[in-house]
Amino acid sequence: MPELSRRHILGMGAGALVVSSLSIPFSALAANTMATDAIMKFTGGAKPKDGLVTLDMPEIAENGNTVPVGVSVDSPMTADNYVKSVLVVADGNPSAGVATFHFSPMSGAAEASTRMRLAKTQNVIAVAAMSDGSFHSAQSVVKVTIGGCGG
Amino acid sequence: MGRKVSLISTVLGAGLLALSTYGTAMADSTLKSIAPPANHPLSEIISGYEFRASETQDLQDDDFENPGYIWVDKGEDLWSEVDGAAGKSCASCHEDASESMKTAGAEFPKWSEKLQKPINLEQKINDCRTENMKADKWKWESEQLLSMTSFVRSQSRGEPVNVQVDGPMAPFFEKGKDLYYQRVGQLDLACSNCHEDNYGNQIRSDLLSQGQTNGFPTYRLKWQKVGSTHRRFKGCMKNVRATPYKVGSDEFVNLELYLGYRGKGLPIESPAVRN
Amino acid sequence: MAKIKPRVKLPKKAKAGETITIKTIISHKMESGRRKDKKGNVIARRIINKFACKFEGQTIFGCDIEPAISANPYFQFNAKVEKTGEFEFIWTDDNGDTYQKKQTIKVS
Repeated sequence: MPELSRRHILGMGAGALVVSSLSIPFSALAANTMATDAIMKFTGGAKPKDGLVTLDMPEIAENGNTVPVGVSVDSPMTADNYVKSVLVVADGNPSAGVATFHFSPMSGAAEASTRMRLAKTQNVIAVAAMSDGSFHSAQSVVKVTIGGCGG
Repeated sequence: MGRKVSLISTVLGAGLLALSTYGTAMADSTLKSIAPPANHPLSEIISGYEFRASETQDLQDDDFENPGYIWVDKGEDLWSEVDGAAGKSCASCHEDASESMKTAGAEFPKWSEKLQKPINLEQKINDCRTENMKADKWKWESEQLLSMTSFVRSQSRGEPVNVQVDGPMAPFFEKGKDLYYQRVGQLDLACSNCHEDNYGNQIRSDLLSQGQTNGFPTYRLKWQKVGSTHRRFKGCMKNVRATPYKVGSDEFVNLELYLGYRGKGLPIESPAVRN
Repeated sequence: MAKIKPRVKLPKKAKAGETITIKTIISHKMESGRRKDKKGNVIARRIINKFACKFEGQTIFGCDIEPAISANPYFQFNAKVEKTGEFEFIWTDDNGDTYQKKQTIKVS
């Protein structure tokens, strides 16, 4: 049994990090059902189209407890053409739902920012419901790491 | 058995290499630093701010977006609240905090003639409460004490850290210094092993800072609230599997004094935002 | 829980038809209901579950909030102002409490 030097302990941690990042695709597939269910419930079964939605998130979260997230939807926000609401889900959290923003023509712009909790590396998906009944979505992969010492 | 071991070593090796490359990249980017005084242990003094991701820095830069300001606000309310048998509030004696507390945050721990040892800001506040206001002490990590230290120290924002370490402070400064370099815990690590020898490097996926205290009380994303310097010291000691000293202990006040010296000249950033 | 304090930031004045940015934050632990105490018992969920921004009584922005929103929930959003009036911000707690903040804007 090799002596557990500090370098070895740090190396073990590094190994764990590499392994978990390799397994992203698998965990994404597994965790998707809750998120997909939430999205389907929101759209009434319709599959959202690409485009119009921008999801602004960091590539690597400084800390999974507080991750800034910004959503913006390209829309004139007039009385007959506006964004009704935007659903945000995270497919690797214990519960997929994060928030649902409700806009109105008086919003001026369909933009909202907040801060969310991410339990681990996962996809965050934003789905916009437009006043004409259509749905658009965007998604972002956010890496969440386990801290070394302060973590 | 041999083949399995070599596969694990390859993965570990790749992981370590990947991390160390990332670490070097972070260390190479220019971090704002200030020149230390003569005979200082560091060749450059860098605030913890510089080691954080840009999203975290953005949070600190905006007084409204900075969640730490929730506590500053609460502290401001408490400042003019009468408490204790003497019927006074902090404002009764100290009036406008933006004037009376302008450099206080940058100068603690300070010498206490009464106790014949250094005391820090939390202790000074409680001392004022019990002696002058005839009010109860606030618990160390209570909402009230955190709010008051956040409010008071934020008045010194931008002021350079400037603690007195000579004269009667000298022996306590030396004790703090000894603690800083003393290996402790199962992991047998001293503060210096990470914060002096390895700042700018990664420990697993955390980027090590110099462990400065110019931002305390700090809103840590991990804590999701503001916390004191001593809370952070305890956390660090637990991380190296050592039995931590108590908040408000002589050991931690001495360490805080020594760290004030290590951060000499850094601007007060309280309430800072860190990971 | 400690005193719950909302803060809002928006301009005091604007031009008619201008879209302003509003920032809000409220101190709240946002206890997710997933944490356990030292004895192993689940700590009961208690979060702010709704946020609404009204202008002269009409809701212009709202958010349905889940435990995945961080502690001390922060929201930034926009509002198109046409006339002078009062904004009202309302946060709803799981325990039934509501917290409010009002601010007037002068529109010319």
